Amino acid sequence: MGGATLSVGSSSPEITLENLLQHPKGQELLTCIQCGLCAGTCPYGEVMAYPPRRIIAMLRAGMLESVLTSDSLLACVACYSCMAKCPRNIQLTEVLLPLVKEQVFLRLAELPAELHKALDNTLRYGNPMAESPRKRAAWIKTVDFPIRILAEDPRPVDVLWFVECQNSYHPRGQDVSRATAKLFHVLGIDFAILGNEEKCAGECARLLGEKGLFETLTDYIMVVFSKYRFNRIVTSGAHAYDAFKHPYTAAGFKYEVAHTTPFFADYLEQLKSRLTRKLPYAITYHDSCCLGRHNGFYEQPRWLLQAIPGVKLLEMPHNRISATCCGGGGGGMWLDTYYKTKGYERLSERRVKEAVSTGADVIAVSCPYEISRFEDALKVLGYEKKVMVRDVTELLSEAMEV
Amino acid sequence: MNILVVLRMVPDVVEELEIAPDGKSLDLEFGRMVLSESDDHALEQALLIKERSGGTVTALALEAREVDEVLFAALAKGVDRVVKITGPKEGATTREAAHSIAQVISSEPGLKGADLVLTGTQAINDLDGLMAPSLAQELSLPFLGIVTGLVPDSSAPSAVAVKEFPRGVGGEFEVALPAVFGIQAAEKPPRYVPVAKVRAVMKSQRIDSVSAAATEEPSLSLLLVLEMTKPQPTAHAEILEGSPEQTASALCGILAERGLL
Repeated sequence: MGGATLSVGSSSPEITLENLLQHPKGQELLTCIQCGLCAGTCPYGEVMAYPPRRIIAMLRAGMLESVLTSDSLLACVACYSCMAKCPRNIQLTEVLLPLVKEQVFLRLAELPAELHKALDNTLRYGNPMAESPRKRAAWIKTVDFPIRILAEDPRPVDVLWFVECQNSYHPRGQDVSRATAKLFHVLGIDFAILGNEEKCAGECARLLGEKGLFETLTDYIMVVFSKYRFNRIVTSGAHAYDAFKHPYTAAGFKYEVAHTTPFFADYLEQLKSRLTRKLPYAITYHDSCCLGRHNGFYEQPRWLLQAIPGVKLLEMPHNRISATCCGGGGGGMWLDTYYKTKGYERLSERRVKEAVSTGADVIAVSCPYEISRFEDALKVLGYEKKVMVRDVTELLSEAMEV
Repeated sequence: MNILVVLRMVPDVVEELEIAPDGKSLDLEFGRMVLSESDDHALEQALLIKERSGGTVTALALEAREVDEVLFAALAKGVDRVVKITGPKEGATTREAAHSIAQVISSEPGLKGADLVLTGTQAINDLDGLMAPSLAQELSLPFLGIVTGLVPDSSAPSAVAVKEFPRGVGGEFEVALPAVFGIQAAEKPPRYVPVAKVRAVMKSQRIDSVSAAATEEPSLSLLLVLEMTKPQPTAHAEILEGSPEQTASALCGILAERGLL
């Protein structure tokens, strides 16, 4: 079956597909009652040849090879729904799915072209867009106060801000970075960035099954972190946060880490006095899979949004633990063409339709992928003049007079 | 069927290109090097032939920065042997490079007598597409370029090659082997190789290093580079600012003024 392994902590032996059912973590799978809630809640469950329930059944029947040689799991967008909804609390996305996806990835006869390019670029340039690594911090010149880069000024710092790829290079992501920098600045937080030393945290590579790429990036980033002294890491990337919080711990990551949205929620009282500009928006918040289902940050973004004067907060029918994924996780960011070719509905379009149905004029988000995904979906569906997409930090920044 | 694939490293244009202090060449120390795209297709075509009909694939490349990563990736994709040619200066002309490569092919055990020699039709620093025909000339072998499909028959030995012509016309050629082919595109896009496989290969396999004898000819090119400069802007676009109505009105005014409306 191959040598896929998964480290689940120093005290446990490594889990492989071969020893999975003998391992305590894997034995959870024996408690599966085949209720099918995982397949039912999976956003692509209806199009997958092997949704989670069936994968467990195939494993228990000794027929996993069929799953490993199928491309069915390319439709897994790593949204954590199957795990969050499992009545037996089986940690599907932590154990079985990573092992299976790694083997599926190694056996794929052909990788969809966009995904192939994104992975090549991530390895070579440290970002999936094939942007120059020497221009990763170029956006800081568009901010009207200095932003410290640790390579140039390595003095100890309170917050090491891990900006991530999308917010370093994508024009809309750079808007988020400017807003985030303004919030740090206004709050008087001592912060610095890695600048051109930063590379992708690699979380999507891991969730896709490209374990070697994930480990290469992890090794690199851990070395870069070890060069500097800081109290905590704050990242704009919901996926980077998830990676640091969970799989990076196997590589020795022990730093205090926060995502920008819950981080700024901790400063809510200080922010409130600054939020003086009324924003007449009806906002619906889209829960990021990584922040919400996987890490439980459901209320923090809503507290921040409700603190903005003039804002009316509306909820989509699928919110919090039931939020529909934007479709960008687990490599889905680079599989839109593949999904379209297969005739699948783009999840970003499904989600945007739901957002529009609330009557909201702003979709608020916390994950960098969601801005471009939802803005594209709004254009495809003809709603781009009716609804805006804004990161929570952008809305906070807009609500400040300065 | 023994196949040789010649791989070239070219400047990576994701980074800004810089001119060297001599004003006549690229500053290769500043930039990065990447595998030439059509050579990647030549490699894929060789692997497809090996998978269909068996045989061995050997990849050769002149020493260059980042070439080791490319050669290890080639091994991870299924290449049997990789050879790095040391000696020729970085920035050699295509004909000089072809001379060094052909010299190694002719003298190195295991490289002589290949049935197929494949390389990319062009590279960004070889738009004339001289590498494949130069290799053919040096090795006294037949040559066919702009090839997009290749099916060898080891019993003949010959190969049927699909060659592209303008206006979408394709031609099928039967070519006696051994021969050199310039590959425009492989029959399938170059495959992805998982990083874990490359990392495993880096631990278990090695790159053979072969030194090319210094060329005795003073220059194999009649071209003399006089000067290399970045593109100089001669005029700038006018950006129309304002609301959509204002910019549309200004645009209509310009078109009318120039007699286009």
